[in-house]
Amino acid sequence: MNVELRGITKSFGPVIANSDVTLDIRAGEVLGLLGENGAGKSTLMNVLCGLYQPNAGEIRIDGRPVTFNGPGAAIEAGIGMVHQHFMLVPVFTVAENVVLGVEPVGKLDFLDLKKASDQVRAIKDQYGLEVDPDALIETLPVGVQQRVEIIKVLFRSAQVLILDEPTAVLTPQEVEEFFQIIKALRDAGKALVFITHKLNEILQIADRISVLRQGRITGSGDPKTMTTKDLAEMMVGRPVSFDVTKQPFAPGKDLLKIENLTVLHENSEIAVNQINFSVRSGEIIGIAGVQGNGQTALVEALAGLRHITSGTVTYQDHDITHSSARARHRMGIAHIPEDRQRTGIIPSFTVAENMVLDTYYDTRFSSRGQIKWDIVNEAAARGAVEFDVRTPSVFSAAGHLSGGNQQKLVVARELSRDTEMLLAAQPTRGLDVGSIEYIHERLIHARDEGDGVLIVSSELDEILALSDRILVMFKGNIIAEFENGDGQADKNEVGLAMAGAAP
Amino acid sequence: MSTPSKTDKAIQDLLRRAAPPRAEFEDLVIVPIFAVVAALILGAFTMLATNVELATIGQSYIALLKGSVGSLNAISETLTAAAPLILAGLGLALGFRAGLFNIGAEGQILMGGIAAVITGFSLPGLPFVLLLPLCLLSGALVGALYAGIAGWLRAATGAHEVISTIMLNLISYRLLDYLLRQPFIQREGRADPISKSVPDNAELPRLLDWLDPNLRVHAGIFLALAAVLVVYWILYRSKIGFEFRASGASPDAARFAGMRSGLIIVAAMATAGALAGLAGANQVLGVLDRATPGFSAGIGFDAIAVALLGRSHPFGVLLAGLLFGALEAGGRQMQVDAGVSIDLIGIIQALIIVFIAAPLLVRAIFPWGFRKPADVRKE
Amino acid sequence: MAISDQTTPNIPMKLDIGEQRQARITGTVLIGLSILVALVFAMDSDGLAVFRLSRTTDALPLPNLAVPAQSFNYLVSAVLAFLGVRQFARGGARWTSLSLGIGMAIAVAAFLVWATAGKSFSLTGMLQATVVRAVPIALGGLAGVLCERVAVVNIAIEGMLLAGAFTGALVGSLLGGIPGLAAAIAIGGLFGFILAALVVSYRMDQIIAGVVINLFVLGLTSYVSSQVFQEYRTLNNAPVFRAYKIPLLGDIPVIGPMLFQQNLFVYGALIMVAVSTYYLFYTRRGLRARAVGEHPRAADTLGINVYRIRYINVTLGGMVAGFGGAWFTLGSVGRFDENMTGGRGYIGLAAMIFGRWHPVGALLAALVFGFADSMQQKLALLQTPIPSEFLAMAPYIATIIVVAGFVGRARAPAADGKPYIKE
Repeated sequence: MNVELRGITKSFGPVIANSDVTLDIRAGEVLGLLGENGAGKSTLMNVLCGLYQPNAGEIRIDGRPVTFNGPGAAIEAGIGMVHQHFMLVPVFTVAENVVLGVEPVGKLDFLDLKKASDQVRAIKDQYGLEVDPDALIETLPVGVQQRVEIIKVLFRSAQVLILDEPTAVLTPQEVEEFFQIIKALRDAGKALVFITHKLNEILQIADRISVLRQGRITGSGDPKTMTTKDLAEMMVGRPVSFDVTKQPFAPGKDLLKIENLTVLHENSEIAVNQINFSVRSGEIIGIAGVQGNGQTALVEALAGLRHITSGTVTYQDHDITHSSARARHRMGIAHIPEDRQRTGIIPSFTVAENMVLDTYYDTRFSSRGQIKWDIVNEAAARGAVEFDVRTPSVFSAAGHLSGGNQQKLVVARELSRDTEMLLAAQPTRGLDVGSIEYIHERLIHARDEGDGVLIVSSELDEILALSDRILVMFKGNIIAEFENGDGQADKNEVGLAMAGAAP
Repeated sequence: MSTPSKTDKAIQDLLRRAAPPRAEFEDLVIVPIFAVVAALILGAFTMLATNVELATIGQSYIALLKGSVGSLNAISETLTAAAPLILAGLGLALGFRAGLFNIGAEGQILMGGIAAVITGFSLPGLPFVLLLPLCLLSGALVGALYAGIAGWLRAATGAHEVISTIMLNLISYRLLDYLLRQPFIQREGRADPISKSVPDNAELPRLLDWLDPNLRVHAGIFLALAAVLVVYWILYRSKIGFEFRASGASPDAARFAGMRSGLIIVAAMATAGALAGLAGANQVLGVLDRATPGFSAGIGFDAIAVALLGRSHPFGVLLAGLLFGALEAGGRQMQVDAGVSIDLIGIIQALIIVFIAAPLLVRAIFPWGFRKPADVRKE
Repeated sequence: MAISDQTTPNIPMKLDIGEQRQARITGTVLIGLSILVALVFAMDSDGLAVFRLSRTTDALPLPNLAVPAQSFNYLVSAVLAFLGVRQFARGGARWTSLSLGIGMAIAVAAFLVWATAGKSFSLTGMLQATVVRAVPIALGGLAGVLCERVAVVNIAIEGMLLAGAFTGALVGSLLGGIPGLAAAIAIGGLFGFILAALVVSYRMDQIIAGVVINLFVLGLTSYVSSQVFQEYRTLNNAPVFRAYKIPLLGDIPVIGPMLFQQNLFVYGALIMVAVSTYYLFYTRRGLRARAVGEHPRAADTLGINVYRIRYINVTLGGMVAGFGGAWFTLGSVGRFDENMTGGRGYIGLAAMIFGRWHPVGALLAALVFGFADSMQQKLALLQTPIPSEFLAMAPYIATIIVVAGFVGRARAPAADGKPYIKE
């Protein structure tokens, strides 16, 4: 089955997400759709799978124009999507998730779960996708959950599979496995659309590439004749340098010392298991690892936001194991939280209010229980200018800023005071290339000034580019450590460690 | 790099306040006006449906107007009714800002009121300048403690304050009944539950009784006005208010910013309870002179409407409290003049909140009052 | 490359610190209860506590249960102490919840024995009243389950009960019991639909919408009852559904009067709980409804109409609450009084939480509340030294304890309370 998109335009109010996009999706082929965050890839695919209605343009299937007034219609037409954020109900079983919407039923609307399991088993055998139909989704690792998503789509006899950033949550080794599945599906005659912002992956798997920038197609071509450099330029619209320049590695003394640290999840399961390491001044430590291996709990514990079950944390020779977040903050530990929308900023607050969200109590900004708003606003404006936060005014709601500017706001807040230790969790997730470059620059600047920096990121490339030392977390343990002061760590080896293969 | 003057200019640019967008004006002004109008119209339909004649409906709305602002006495009644609504409404508004849906004002009013009464008749020898503040303070304190229970439950166990405050309301009715039968509280020689009277030197002084002894407006309205200013200062100028608003808007972000959420919840709840307790004290010290079962008369629930109508902003609460005070005073006149039950006011109040809380609904009913969504988007 | 010498990865384990803490708290509570029972109930108990299990007219009369009050309460105290101490011992932690449940139950038994000591008391009568009084709470809780399973928080149950009670009385007076009941169900459904419209289509805050419906219904029913019912009393004089004894089953001692000598509302509630359980957990529609409550976007991407399912379920919930509301008038007194539901809807919500968002759980929780309710009523007859006002508070305090104690442990539907915005 071939699908053509002709002149698709989709806008949300004043924001134009897609403008006059034309694409061909062909059976037995993997189309790579490349674009940076916010380029409009997901919007385009949501149009294709019926979640959004386009403002202009048409979709043709095998030459016939079609309109989808809902996801149901697109599914019926044979188009299935595997979303970046899995669309699985965590408390349902695999089979329940797969059959949802097309359930086998008996009399009195009785849900035939046995039949559903058998149907799932049949699909799984046909395509070699190993999974237990009766397992609860929340108990499965993300790689398996992704398989369930694919089974879900195949179960609805999709001929076109759209895969939205499918590798974001996988280890490099899981990515390899996943590519095998994609190839098998392609060879079975399915049409696949592989959406990503990762250049090397698209070159590896796509049969044809289209690049999307600011809602428009800016280039297409054959991966065999393209280089990552060409693609990057098409994607960003200017030459991009992937190198970061930093001062020679000259670490000072131990700043933050973590000994036998154990931290629990909310459900009492161990999130961080007796780990040891220290961060020196003038050093960037990168914590690599697939999401969900305890990194979040580690950072929260270090920031004073999560109870430390056992072990000690020492900062500049002070035991801060049980100090509050506020106390650590006062001592000069800054924290860039991983979920900026939920924990980094308050969207309904103004830029100025967000700029002092964790410093409002400081004597600079308040006295006798009262906040000195004139000084706060002034300082916020200064911070916004210094850190390139693009906002019409410091009185605008922070929620109206773009993701990149929101993150720069957080960075401005955390770095525009006396800090010596910076905890940065997923500092560039979901940002455009320009903002990523800027934030990297700032992190390295902090390190060059002699701060200790701890970066947690699931983007291995980011870890490799920034860190002087790399620790790999797997299931709550640090299972490997790599020196990277001169960029000498081997990507492959780090990747293997991320998958749990302790060298 | 930019020169200093360029940077300074950029900073000045960022410090300029934009005029509030039209959407905000619509939200703050047009929606409430339409809400009140729509509620009055639907109230008329309700009367029609219960067989009230058209002439009587007209008469009742005229009575509503006359009874609220038609005479000095009417204005006095409006202010008298508005004072506790403003006080309790401020408490609820502060709670809403802190993300707490406190339905317990009713119970906090009762507990605060009885505390003020007990303080009053227990210390009859004290001079006015000491006794009145002491009575008000005890009302606020007990209201704060009673609300603090719900705050503590929320902070310590996660029990949702909606259910716990409703239960505390129901408990407070029983508790008050019990207290009013205790020998040291119950009025001598009475078998029914009624407290001793508050001594004269604990009463909130009447303001206009030198003009006409029937004018009931008392110093409580100044108490309410002062509370408006204090709550405004707390919410928008003080550190604790910043914490209230932050944890209301995003509890997670507040926690990540080092604010102690449990403490903030308890503090916000207690402040709200103190204001409701003051409203209770205001009633017994200014109007009722004693406590009887259920003397709060639903003020705690009307205050929810006041806080919502006032958009949880102190000045909005002031205006909404005056409006609801007017409805209350006018409603009594309506009952006398037109024979329409004052319970109709309850319906109108509920309808006002529906329209306020669902602006989309108001826009759907009065499409011509607003710009089209497409225009709004372009901002 | 340096390889850390730290332990090799292993599967996530659990540290039972939380459980230990819970065990300690439970142990302390149990030992506290044990002391209370020994010092207050046992010391003060005298003679026999006689519990009547049957009426003389019953087909299969059982003899009265006579308990030597003091020895019984000392025994209870000892058992409580044993259960409590065991919580501190190793391995006892496993039975924490069960021990607490048993402990609470026998502590209540000790309380009853103390209150009855030297007198006699109809246990069966109290159990029968328990079931009757559990009905509106169970139906309120069931309405809550139906709504929250599709992620709509329904604070408006109180108002829906009140509307059902009012309409039942009004239409029942005019047209008779069955039409009255049908009208009550319909009005409940109408308010369910209105709630759905407000929160689904107009995206009003769910709690505000619920509170507003409650205020509106309270205002409307109070207005009509003072404006109209005062004058035309015949409009507020509905027939009452009488108890119907099911042959044979109704003759079983104790159980018979509890479950099979009841009126339409008890049977209706039991049937609705059964049907709802089947609907939610064994049908295609139930699966879809639960998916909408857990992950509406996932359901939407599969072509399931999230809004429609929310409308349907909330309306159904309203109908259940309307039926429950009719209990107050058509099922007991036949006339409507202002605000006669007295917070039962909110207690129903607590029953839903206590019952872990499951219809059967809500029913069982409602029975606990019904027990507290009927106990306070029957104890008033025994003239205990406890003031009646405090007994009347018992169900409310129980609700707070339940909500505070269980909210953290049970898991609400993931999307509960959040509006779903389709793009």
